[in-house]
This record gives sequence, C-alpha cells and structure tokens, in this order.
Amino acid sequence: MSLNTLIAASYFLAAVLFILGLKAMSSPAGARQGIVWAGVGMVLATVVTFFWPGMKPENLLLIGTAIVIGGAWAWISGRRVAMTGMPQMIALYNGMGGGAAAAIAWVELLRGGHGGEEFGWTVIALAVTGALIGAVSFSGSLLAFAKLQGWLKRSLRFAGQNLLNVVILLAATAAGVLVILGVSGPWLTVFIALALLLGLTLTMPIGGADMPVVISLYNALTGLAVGLEGLVLDNAAMIIAGTVVGAAGTLLTQLMAKAMNRSLGNVMFSAFGETAAEGDEIEGTMKPVEAIDAAVMLGFARQVIIIPGYGMAVAQAQHKVWELAEALMKRGVRVKFAIHPVAGRMPGHMNVLLAEAGVPYDLIFDESEINPEFPKTDVALVIGANDVVNTAARTDTASPIYGMPILDADKASNAIVIKRGKGTGFSGIENALFYEDRTRMLYGDGQAMCAELIRAVHEI
Amino acid sequence: MIDGFVALYIFMLAAFVGYEVISRVPVILHTPLMSGSNFIHGIVLVGAMVALGFAETSLEKAIGFIGVMLASANAVGGYVVTERMLEMFKRSKDGDKEAEE
Repeated sequence: MSLNTLIAASYFLAAVLFILGLKAMSSPAGARQGIVWAGVGMVLATVVTFFWPGMKPENLLLIGTAIVIGGAWAWISGRRVAMTGMPQMIALYNGMGGGAAAAIAWVELLRGGHGGEEFGWTVIALAVTGALIGAVSFSGSLLAFAKLQGWLKRSLRFAGQNLLNVVILLAATAAGVLVILGVSGPWLTVFIALALLLGLTLTMPIGGADMPVVISLYNALTGLAVGLEGLVLDNAAMIIAGTVVGAAGTLLTQLMAKAMNRSLGNVMFSAFGETAAEGDEIEGTMKPVEAIDAAVMLGFARQVIIIPGYGMAVAQAQHKVWELAEALMKRGVRVKFAIHPVAGRMPGHMNVLLAEAGVPYDLIFDESEINPEFPKTDVALVIGANDVVNTAARTDTASPIYGMPILDADKASNAIVIKRGKGTGFSGIENALFYEDRTRMLYGDGQAMCAELIRAVHEI
Repeated sequence: MIDGFVALYIFMLAAFVGYEVISRVPVILHTPLMSGSNFIHGIVLVGAMVALGFAETSLEKAIGFIGVMLASANAVGGYVVTERMLEMFKRSKDGDKEAEE
C-alpha cells in the first residue's frame, strides 16, 4: 500500500469515527464513548500526517514543537479550569481553531499554490472566505473569553456600531477581492487585519445572557472555516469534520436563538443585553421570606422543581443545591430540575454544573418536558435565574423579552426565589414573577442561603 | 486529489450529516454537542501541519507555526474539557422510582 493510500485511508477512518462519535454524543449514556471514538480518529489523523509526502524534513521538527507547546498548554489549562469557568475556556479553544484555519489560508495564499501548481481563482476565493470566517471566529472568541473571564467588565456601545461593522466587512471583502484578483501589494495583510478587527467589533456589544448564542455561533463558524480550508488543501477529513460541525453548530445556534424567541440577527446586532428596558410598570411588592419558613414550605411539599440560572454559577452554589435536593428527597419530596436552554453563559452550562455536583441527568428536564408539571408542583425554587421565569414574557407585549418561552414557575402552588438583592438582572427587566402573590423572595448569597435551607430542613 | 465537484458533493453531504445526526436536541445534550463538536473541528490540526510542512520563507514558517500551535490547543483542550464534563454525567441509582408513577 502506498503512503498516499495509507494517509487517505486513515483520514477516511477518522471521518467515520468523528461522525459515529458525534452520533453517540446525542444520547447522554453514549456521550462518553463518543468523545473517545472521536479522540482515536484525531490521533490517527495527526500521526499519519507526519508522513505526508514532500514535506520538508526540517519543518517536521517545527511541527512537533508547535504541537507540543500548544497541546501541553491546552492539556494543563483544560485540566485546571473549574467547571464554572468552562464557557470561557471552550470559547478560547474554539477561537484557536478558527485562528488555525485563518493561518492555513494565510500560508497557502502567501505560497500561491502547492505541488508545483498555481491555485486557480476558485481555490483562492475559498481560502479567502475561510480566512475571513476563521479570523472573525478567532478574535471574536478571544473577546468573548475576555468578557466571560471578567477582564472586560463593560460592553462598549455607541451609535452607528452596526454601520461600522458593515464598513469593516465591506473593506475586508474589498481587500479579499483584491487578493483573489492577484493585485500586488499588502492586500493580504490588510485583509487579515480587517477580518480580525471585524471579529472584535462584532462581539464588543454582545454580553450577558446572549453569550450562549454567540459561543455556539463561533463554534459553527470555526467548523465552516475548517471545512473551507479543507477544500483548499484537498483534505477530505477536514472537509467532512469541519462541515459536519458547521451544520450541527448552526442547528444548535438556531435552537438557542429560538429559545429566546429572537432571530440570530437580533442577537448579534441589537445590543440587547444592557440597554435600559422598557415595559409596563409592575404593581405590587416583593414579599421576603425567612430561610426557616422557606424550609418548611420545601420540606412538606410533595414535589419541588428547582430552576437554576447563571446566578447559581456565580455563587458556586451547585453542590449546596444538590445537597438541599438530597435532604428533601430523604424526606420523601420528589425533586426535579428544570433547565432553560439559554440559562448560563454557554449551551449546556447548567447541565455541567449540576453534573459536577452529582445530580443524575435523569432528574434534569428541559422546558417542554417540565412545563406541564408545574401545576402539580408545590414549590418552584428559583436559584439565580431571572429572565427565564419572567411571566412578562407571556403577558407584557411591551417587554423586550415578550414571546420568549419561559419555565412556568408561576404555575406552581408557590415559588421561592433565592436572589442576591432587589435589583434587576442582566437585562434590566423587572421580573413580574417576583411580584406575584404566591412568590416569596429569599434574599442572600445562593450558596449561603442553600446552606441555611439545608440546616433548617434537617431541623423540621 | 479531489475533483472540484466531488469536493462539493462531499461538502453538501457532510452538511446534511451534521444536521441529521443531531435530529432532536434535549437540553441535557447541549454540553456534549457544544464541546464535542468544538473538539472535532480540531482536525484543522492536520491542515495546519501540511501548511507548515511545505512552508518556505520564514514568514510562512512563523504563521504556520502559530497555526499548528493554535490547532493543537483546539484539539487537545477540546478533548480534555469534553472528557472531563462527560465523565460527570451519570444516571441516578434509583432512577426507576420515576417509572412507578
């Protein structure tokens, strides 16, 4: 068997393993197996690539060194990161993939061809498109990382922001066209620089609860960029893996946007997160409750549904939440967890935290599964969630979140909300649920309050 | 190696596979889907290796080197965090209690 055939066969096998792996990941029980399969495919593809015919022997050492540096850094950082820090690390690794795709295009465009053949304009156009998408994903994800990590506290917004984005996009496209036409000059460098800038200006105004959509979108974009560069390099493994991820990521992104009843364009360009919100004034008062009274309500309930949100992640309260759930279950209370698709800062953020605390996944339900259960539920315990239980989304047409599917916490006999203070959440929207007659507010740090509830439940 | 239209066919079919493999997405699966697919596009590593492998000038080598480094971090980091998260996913021992109702 010739070397070329061996490499092609290995790539084929890797592609099969990726698809099977992704398929296995669509069931919680098989997910672990799935990532192992995909991992085997990755190692196989990487090892055979060292034997690619015609590569310069002196460059092989550079390749090995780069792999070791990048891999070692990622291994250590990936092992160390706390579960609460997962969204930003995933954004970071994802952005690096996009950066790599852009780097491939850059090198290939500098060389202008491979195997002694010059690139045709279609190949150059593919490379340029992939570079644009990859570079946007790279700088955009880095900025998302900086925001989630708390390095950047505020989102920069100004009038004409979208106009600026359009201007930069047009300029980058123009530079890209010059590259495709083969006009000499610094256009390639200008093009890459503009693409990187575009990623920054696009991501700058987006924050808060829109993050899951953005992270998912950049994941899909990186996949697409990888697929395009695969076309440039005639690399079937890259085409297949990149495109599959691009399509699956697009599906997930749409799902996220739909869970907020907003279009993707609205998420990207409306600077929703921190604009002061309009909406009807809410009448009534918020009624506080002491931990001991809340514990009585929970302890004598038949069914309790716990609704976690980003606040639980901030307070690192997931372990205490599960401890509380276990204490309640020991008393014979049925406990379920309800997760809204956009709770947290990345798709699946809440699942990870609850899993870390030891919550079995068959106690966790999504919105469509759990909503019919609320009328049969004695207490809905909201911890660190806000907009995803705001009844204004159902009733108040003036509210910015009107139409967003929510978890029906208000339909339970009682709702208890653990909340740090009286202020509004990230969106600045008053939460109508908090003013309902059957809602009680338990003010305090999520972790501390759960600890108090656990103590009180044991006492009653 | 790959003809233009054949490449286009691969591209199209792969897009359908991506869409179909994930037909219904319950919220519990957002994590593996997000993080696992993030790992899979780490395959960009093989492309970056080839790009660096054929690089001639020092500028090409420098960019290629950065590319391989970034790609390797994508693949390794993506794997490590996905594995760590999926390791924690487990079913409850008394999960059958639910079935009784």
